[in-house]
Amino acid sequence: MSTTLQINGKAVQVTASPDTPLLWVLRDELQMTGTKFGCGIAQCGACTVHLDGKAQRSCITPIGILDGVKITTIEGLEGKHAIQAAWVRHDVPQCGYCQSGQIMSATALLGDKPNPTDEDIDAAMSGNICRCGCYQRIRSAIKDAAAHGAAAPVEA
Amino acid sequence: MNAPTRDLPRAGLSRRKFITTASLTAGGALVVGCSPAQVMSIGAAQTDFGPFGPFIRIDPDSTVTVVSKHIEFGQGSHTGLAAMVAEELDADWSCVRVEQAPANAKVYGNLGMGVQGTGGSSAIANSWMQLRTAGAAARAMFVEAAARRWNVPASQITVANCVVSHPSGKQARFGELAADAAKVAPPANPTLKSAKDFTLIGTERVRRKDAGLKATGKARFTQDVHLPDQLTAMVAHAPQFGAKVKSFDASAAKATPGVVDVFEVPSGVAVVATSTWAAKKGREALKVDWDNSKAETRSSVAILAAYHDLAAGRAQPANGFKWTAFESKGQAAPAGGKVVEAAFDFPFLAHAPMEPMNCVAQVGKGPPKLTFGSQIPTVDQLNTAMIVGTLPGSVQIETLYAGGSFGRRANFKSDYVSECVHIAKHVGGGRPVKLVWTREDDMTGGYYRPMAHHTVRVELGPDGMPRTWRHRIVTQSLMKGSPMGGSASADPSATEGVKGSPYLDATPNVDGQVVLYDTAVPVLWWRSVGATHTAFVMEHTVDQLARAAGQDPIAYRRALYKKADADDHLAALELAVEKAGPTPTPGWTRGVAVHESFGTVVAQIAEVKLENGVPRVGRVVTGIHCGTAVSPDQIAAQMEGGTCFGLSAALYGLITMTNGVVDQKNFDTYRVLRMNEAPTVETYIVPSTEKPTGVGEPGTPVIGPAVANALLAITGKPTSKLPFVQPT
Repeated sequence: MSTTLQINGKAVQVTASPDTPLLWVLRDELQMTGTKFGCGIAQCGACTVHLDGKAQRSCITPIGILDGVKITTIEGLEGKHAIQAAWVRHDVPQCGYCQSGQIMSATALLGDKPNPTDEDIDAAMSGNICRCGCYQRIRSAIKDAAAHGAAAPVEA
Repeated sequence: MNAPTRDLPRAGLSRRKFITTASLTAGGALVVGCSPAQVMSIGAAQTDFGPFGPFIRIDPDSTVTVVSKHIEFGQGSHTGLAAMVAEELDADWSCVRVEQAPANAKVYGNLGMGVQGTGGSSAIANSWMQLRTAGAAARAMFVEAAARRWNVPASQITVANCVVSHPSGKQARFGELAADAAKVAPPANPTLKSAKDFTLIGTERVRRKDAGLKATGKARFTQDVHLPDQLTAMVAHAPQFGAKVKSFDASAAKATPGVVDVFEVPSGVAVVATSTWAAKKGREALKVDWDNSKAETRSSVAILAAYHDLAAGRAQPANGFKWTAFESKGQAAPAGGKVVEAAFDFPFLAHAPMEPMNCVAQVGKGPPKLTFGSQIPTVDQLNTAMIVGTLPGSVQIETLYAGGSFGRRANFKSDYVSECVHIAKHVGGGRPVKLVWTREDDMTGGYYRPMAHHTVRVELGPDGMPRTWRHRIVTQSLMKGSPMGGSASADPSATEGVKGSPYLDATPNVDGQVVLYDTAVPVLWWRSVGATHTAFVMEHTVDQLARAAGQDPIAYRRALYKKADADDHLAALELAVEKAGPTPTPGWTRGVAVHESFGTVVAQIAEVKLENGVPRVGRVVTGIHCGTAVSPDQIAAQMEGGTCFGLSAALYGLITMTNGVVDQKNFDTYRVLRMNEAPTVETYIVPSTEKPTGVGEPGTPVIGPAVANALLAITGKPTSKLPFVQPT
């Protein structure tokens, strides 16, 4: 059997069973590895993607419930989001493993609140763990992106 | 401390010595009479590194590739190492890229360890002269090539941003001259720049080379490896450390769609499947009976009670361990001065890096190959070679970015690597096997920062300064399993930070003793190693001494540092004091702490308040003395991150066992610091032209005691156990 998912603006056929979490379909079947596995129980946020524009944890989201849902992953941002440019300006990443999830949470935040307060940032970002402790730079980069908006795409 | 510390960081020395020795011993008869680097290179493929040597390649388009012998797992090593080459080469920083070196101990060995590996905050420090020399030699080759081509004296030629120039107006980019430069013999002793001539090192231009990759999800981690025909494995581990497989029923696991095979390996029962999800479902269907006869079945509370019995003299050391003096001077008995007594308990801690442990191995067709974030490639080669039955140097390792480590991937048993190699060997045919640990596997898999217990009794002299200092430490040895761990001698990593403390240097009578204690719980270094507990004990004790002496804690430290000639401590402290300013943020209370680890001194002034009984940390002002600052922004990043890592452990970090079974399974029960709890860390660097010392670890151990000292000021009560927030 197969399921059709709407990923980054394209319809994608996958063969995984409907109970398979989106995370593992992205990572293993589609080999879209930007979305990370960190905890498997929606505690760390490394697997964050957008479902219809909202930040959600793909590790606990079975693909069977995603019929017609627009899925956006870090790959879907194509390096063009103002948040990504701010991330580079502030040298936010250290090990980098959590950063896809941080960026997906941050971009969803700016989608909701173009000029977030510190409290907004705490509320939106406290589900994303960074063991390297990049929190201070994440906060600065979000504020910078909110203030300056669009920027040149990030070169990887 | 004094100047010699800069040349040979005391705290790191024992550990580097140890790693070298452990590798040697594990290699058995192979290694007699040879250096470890030579031995581990046996079987290595001969490699032509090109005209500019093993660390530098220059393309026709003038792109400069710096080959990093150190893993990048957040600490910024790739960026710092590249900056050292680019500075001496006079390369255009924007055209410099970094590539990870293959496993080759002889060429890419850590000059402080003797084997290839990253640890002890040594990447920049051990490479400082080596990479600058490589950059300067390549630069000299370009200068000579241009001099010959233009028929001008080499002394008239200048180099900037990959462009070689002569006052006559002649110019050529590196790429245009590379073929000629390749024919020039590299000078053995090229002239290095003096610090005043640096144009890149020490500037804000040194920015991370991997930020773009990591902001787009393109950085490649072990978890992301997909090789043709690759299988994914998970392993069922025993719930208690030291237990073995008695029997297992694989029928339901094998019936799980996608499961390819189920078999026993030394560490448990492996389930091999075509995808991660299938391996996980298969493992859930597996039934294993465990033999607990040799397992650690005690609770962590019972282990801590045994520590207390040892410290109090109610029990005698066992397993060949004995009380060992690590610092002993003066014989004066207490003379009736004011006495301060303190005791401290520290729990097991998990490293819990964001990327759980994993490895990809291919065995059975050609030389064994590993693709993963290898922190000590030489040790991983050795352990792989022993499983496969081949020469260590023939084991190929492609080292990827690692999603953190904090010490976890530097393991002389290569625990998860060996597990993966056993599975790949069973699968055979060179078929790639990716071993995936879940968060639960990682959290319950051991190799924790060991528990530690300290008791301190200090008598003050008439001037309020410590006159006699009695110190007892009980902990589990990180070196168990190494040749040093088997003896009764003390483990230096258990005492570093107490031993060598300027406070003991300033005390005329010292009786410091340590005893080690065995459990089957595997333990390992954890970011900043001994300092994770010793910094807390020394810094929180000193604040209690200052209170007893009726002195200000900063003034008290100044007096002690002056007495001990601890100039670097004093410099870091004074910088933090100056930058913090005289007045705390209204509503907040300050605590100070200063500690040297890995040759670097970090002083922090933390502003703290209690919210519903839980400490909240706001502004943290950091003064750091780390010699030459190669990348000031990355030093700041390491202070920010190290502070969060240390604060996370101090507030919440706690691994416990009930009847030998680890209670914390995931981030829901192993609480870590989050965005809403993160402090704002300011970093100020003591100006210095001394050689650089490490920054990856020294930012971690200072915040805990700084917070404890603020709490002491707020409540009048000392902290005697961590974490601050105990589970209810």
